[in-house]
Amino acid sequence: MNIIVCLKQVPGTTAVKIDPQTNTLVRQGIESIINPFDTYAVEEAVRIKEKLGGKVTVITMGPPQAETALREAISRGADEALLLTDRAFGGADTWATARTLAQTILKLKPYDLIICGRQTIDGDTGQVGPEMAEMLGIPFIAYVSQVEEISNNKIRVRRMIEEGHEVIEAELPALITVAKEINLPRLPSLRGISRSKSARIPAWGVAELCIDAATVGLSGSSTQVIKIFFPQRVSQAEILTGNPENQVDKLIDKLKGASLV
Amino acid sequence: MDYFLTEQQKTIKDLARRLAEERILPIRSELDEKEEFPWNIMKDLADADLFRVFVPEEYEGLGGGCLELCLVTEELSRVCSGVAVSYAASALGVMTVMEYGTEEQKKRFLPDIASGKKLGAFAITEPTAGSDASNIKTTAEKVEGGYLINGTKQFITNGGEAEIYTIIALTDKTKGARGASSIVVEKGTQGFTFGKKEKKMGIRSSATRELVFKNCLVPESNLIGKPGLGFIQAMRLFDRSRPGIGAQAVGLCQGALEAATDYAQERVQFNQPLITQPVVQQMLADMAIQTEAARALVYAAAKYVDSGAKNVTETSAMAKVFASDAAMKVTVDAVQICGGAGYMRDYPVEKMMRDAKILQIYEGTNQILRNAIAVNLRKRKARTA
Repeated sequence: MNIIVCLKQVPGTTAVKIDPQTNTLVRQGIESIINPFDTYAVEEAVRIKEKLGGKVTVITMGPPQAETALREAISRGADEALLLTDRAFGGADTWATARTLAQTILKLKPYDLIICGRQTIDGDTGQVGPEMAEMLGIPFIAYVSQVEEISNNKIRVRRMIEEGHEVIEAELPALITVAKEINLPRLPSLRGISRSKSARIPAWGVAELCIDAATVGLSGSSTQVIKIFFPQRVSQAEILTGNPENQVDKLIDKLKGASLV
Repeated sequence: MDYFLTEQQKTIKDLARRLAEERILPIRSELDEKEEFPWNIMKDLADADLFRVFVPEEYEGLGGGCLELCLVTEELSRVCSGVAVSYAASALGVMTVMEYGTEEQKKRFLPDIASGKKLGAFAITEPTAGSDASNIKTTAEKVEGGYLINGTKQFITNGGEAEIYTIIALTDKTKGARGASSIVVEKGTQGFTFGKKEKKMGIRSSATRELVFKNCLVPESNLIGKPGLGFIQAMRLFDRSRPGIGAQAVGLCQGALEAATDYAQERVQFNQPLITQPVVQQMLADMAIQTEAARALVYAAAKYVDSGAKNVTETSAMAKVFASDAAMKVTVDAVQICGGAGYMRDYPVEKMMRDAKILQIYEGTNQILRNAIAVNLRKRKARTA
């Protein structure tokens, strides 16, 4: 079984700053990690491989240093990795990102299953997975919390919904996005680490993908970020004063005034 | 301090720390409270290849030695000494096989230990044989088809949980210690059962049980080396394993030092953080000195063992004694700095203090080891006189 996992390197902290000039995250000096949801995707892929055989290929689109995220995935059991890096890919929205990844996956054919995290912790859109599935024309299941059964041509999963869960079956190849409930990702292993250090990771750009540069990156994006800003914190609390009896009376008046009691 | 570890050694230490912080830390007080053997953690250690570090490459290990074992043990012990000893005891259980075993025995026992599929344990102590280790009564009588073992081993770490046990038993009762031999007994062998699980002061997540042998027959191929050499093999084994106890102590020192420093920085008394009080600073500085000195001696002793040096008795005894005394002192002081809070089970230092005590007792009490060091001093004096 050929499994492809798409992952993203994200800042390992929520204390990020925004560059007011470019409206993008300031990444200098901030530790990068694999998007936590993607670690569940890697783990699930490795577990399926351990059960059914085959290989796990991890791919990511990002700056050259995103290679460290791929090496970490190898140290956790992935077999091969591919880095998509090109200045032309920069500034991509979810559509252009999905397009680039989908084109890559077409080049990596044949594949049986694509696994992504349910969303990233920086962009938080959760759109790239479903967009890729649409572009590739394959079944798509989101928020998967358990793979109940998988064979060479079929997958049955539990998917989380607000009121509970659904059990869904799909033909392979398919794409699933996974929630953190699905597993507890293993730590890297020493043999994995040594494999990851020596692994050769190819880097593909526009040329290798045979894709028109105008359809990727910022120029291929159908949305543009105009402004990013921190919401102003407005405190609307009102502090009642006086002795406790007074405060209680005032509070009851207010609640009555708002027709809450 | 930089100990100029190799890249591989640094990787091993970092991974062990990460595992300890991500997997052990969230459950350590629960493990202590419930006295539950940490099987999930053993699985994590196995998945991370950390049981491979002390096994030769030919037997699916990564070819490290005493220092690599110490690095992992130290990092585990920094978070939970009970987990650390369960890990290290597996190595102790097969070190005699690694040193004196035949090719066939190594192939039979080591790969499963390296993969973490099975745990090991070592058993010499008996009700009548603690510090007086040569006074063992368990017998292994040569009979047709192998050795028939009878007797009871006491206070055995990993007892009941391990699959592979190296035990010391008398193959010739008439010769005392010179009639002792090392024999491997596998869990599940008929006539081999376990006594009650001991309730301990510290290292409570580790399992300590009696091993009971009643007409337990093992094949002759389970004898390690020549008969009659068991006692010498055991003494040699402890010479090489004691830095591991030292490493457990260093980890405890480090954990207690960090906990006490954090507390002293946060706790405000007399309108000032505790750490601004000179008396607290002096205590913390002494704790840091003890910790680093213990670490330096343990690493040096481990490297000396790994160099293949012939007589390491003194050095490894020094490392064990110094580091375990340091751990006792540092953890007591950590509780003192944390005051009333430190005495409560909600804070980690009271557990560390309980965990530290055993280090001065097992694998040779510190008194017995001081004797051994003194004996060497006298011998040397006699030689130069």
